[in-house]
Amino acid sequence: MSNIPADLRFQKSHEWARLEADGTITIGISDHAQQALGDLVFVEAPEPGRHVNAGEGCAVVESVKAASDVYSPVSGEVVAGNADLGGQPELINTDPYGAGWIMRVRPTDKAQFASMLDAKAYAAALAAETH
Amino acid sequence: MGLRTPLFDTHVAAGARTVDFGGWDMPVNYGSQIEEHHAVRRDAGMFDVSHMCVVDLRGDRVCDYLRRLLANDVAKLTQPGKALYSCMLRDHGGVIDDLIVYYMNDHWYRMVVNAGTRDKDIEWLRQVAAGYGVAVEPRTELAMIAVQGPNARAKAASVMHPDIAQRALEIGPFFGIDAGSLFVARTGYTGEDGFEIMLPAEHAVALWQGLRIAGVAPCGLGARDTLRLEAGMNLYGNDMDETTSPLESGLNWTIAWDPQDRDFIGRGALAAQKASGDTRKLVGLLVEDRAVLRSHQKVIVAAVGEGEVTSGTFSPTLQRSIGFARVPAKTGDRCEVEIRGKLVAARVVRPPFVRHGKVAIAL
Repeated sequence: MSNIPADLRFQKSHEWARLEADGTITIGISDHAQQALGDLVFVEAPEPGRHVNAGEGCAVVESVKAASDVYSPVSGEVVAGNADLGGQPELINTDPYGAGWIMRVRPTDKAQFASMLDAKAYAAALAAETH
Repeated sequence: MGLRTPLFDTHVAAGARTVDFGGWDMPVNYGSQIEEHHAVRRDAGMFDVSHMCVVDLRGDRVCDYLRRLLANDVAKLTQPGKALYSCMLRDHGGVIDDLIVYYMNDHWYRMVVNAGTRDKDIEWLRQVAAGYGVAVEPRTELAMIAVQGPNARAKAASVMHPDIAQRALEIGPFFGIDAGSLFVARTGYTGEDGFEIMLPAEHAVALWQGLRIAGVAPCGLGARDTLRLEAGMNLYGNDMDETTSPLESGLNWTIAWDPQDRDFIGRGALAAQKASGDTRKLVGLLVEDRAVLRSHQKVIVAAVGEGEVTSGTFSPTLQRSIGFARVPAKTGDRCEVEIRGKLVAARVVRPPFVRHGKVAIAL
């Protein structure tokens, strides 16, 4: 069973997002996504300063099985990419909601975050996907 | 729901993620595929390969039959238990399947064929057998467990009856023995030493659990794929099929051209292809960038032409991406591969990439 923290927001494409105290949004991929991908071998996180649009593929996670785009749930400016993933892509497998975060974005429209799935809705979406 | 091996419930209870493979629900990993891979390279791992099909071939003319059926020559097998790897071809030279055949005695050979091709294989085996009075007996009641790695044989022997263990440890490479309740062969698909053990389905769970207690790591098809790729071994359906010949699949070494009067099925077509000199070839690729080769990616060979990746993965041993590609015969030692819209440089290398735990190519 996959872990779905109650304090995070999600997308159907399996990204999670957390609103930080400074107004930025941290983004990663869900426990379900890392399990489905298997061992991560490369991660390409975006450079700080890049502008991203909601729904845009802006990072790539590549596992032993497949490469997969990570879609930003919000528009805004990338303020950080997780540099640790360059040498330790497996952080996404071992700690998808913590040390395995992928990027941090300063959103231009906070409503985009508010409209994301909550944990319960994401759990329901997962259940629908697997049946 | 797909077909299930006798070990299916055991895999699920151990937390396996399962996938469809050739119509079978099989474990792809039990957690980390890379850790399973390393377990086989460094210690011992085991795979449920019960989906593969054991076929016994019996009859007075079974040797003649196999010399007609297979591109490799079973006449090379003179010692009981010795195994041979071969392709089985259509008349036009396309590969029906690749297989292992064991010479048990003059009236009995045992063959192991792939799961996804089982039905067409058996149909073909029977069609050709009609002219030789050979009985084709699929042994679907047998399960099979592959135990692989530098410590695999010792750990596997530790859970066998002492009499069988003694005999098993004396088996030479690429031999098998029929030990009554177990058929034990020193073969595999990982590039490591080990056994492939066939046994009645009802005993499979007990052996699996015994091996687990003996410290053998359960491994899924994910690790099996990265291990066989590192070992330079083809996968039927990816690297060859009925549209490609062994000459185009890196399997020239499995074609027994001598004696010249042995008329195996597909010989004429292979001879014509060889004479034309214009065949494609299957090569190993090594990528230096942070990108991973995958099946069907386009390969571009400057001033020569194009080809295609047939298998690709990230090699846990090399920490680089490796793969096989079918390319024009004139391809040299460099090419480019189109990976997610970008051209990535790759080196053409001669597999295996890894053998007995050691890197076998220049990095």
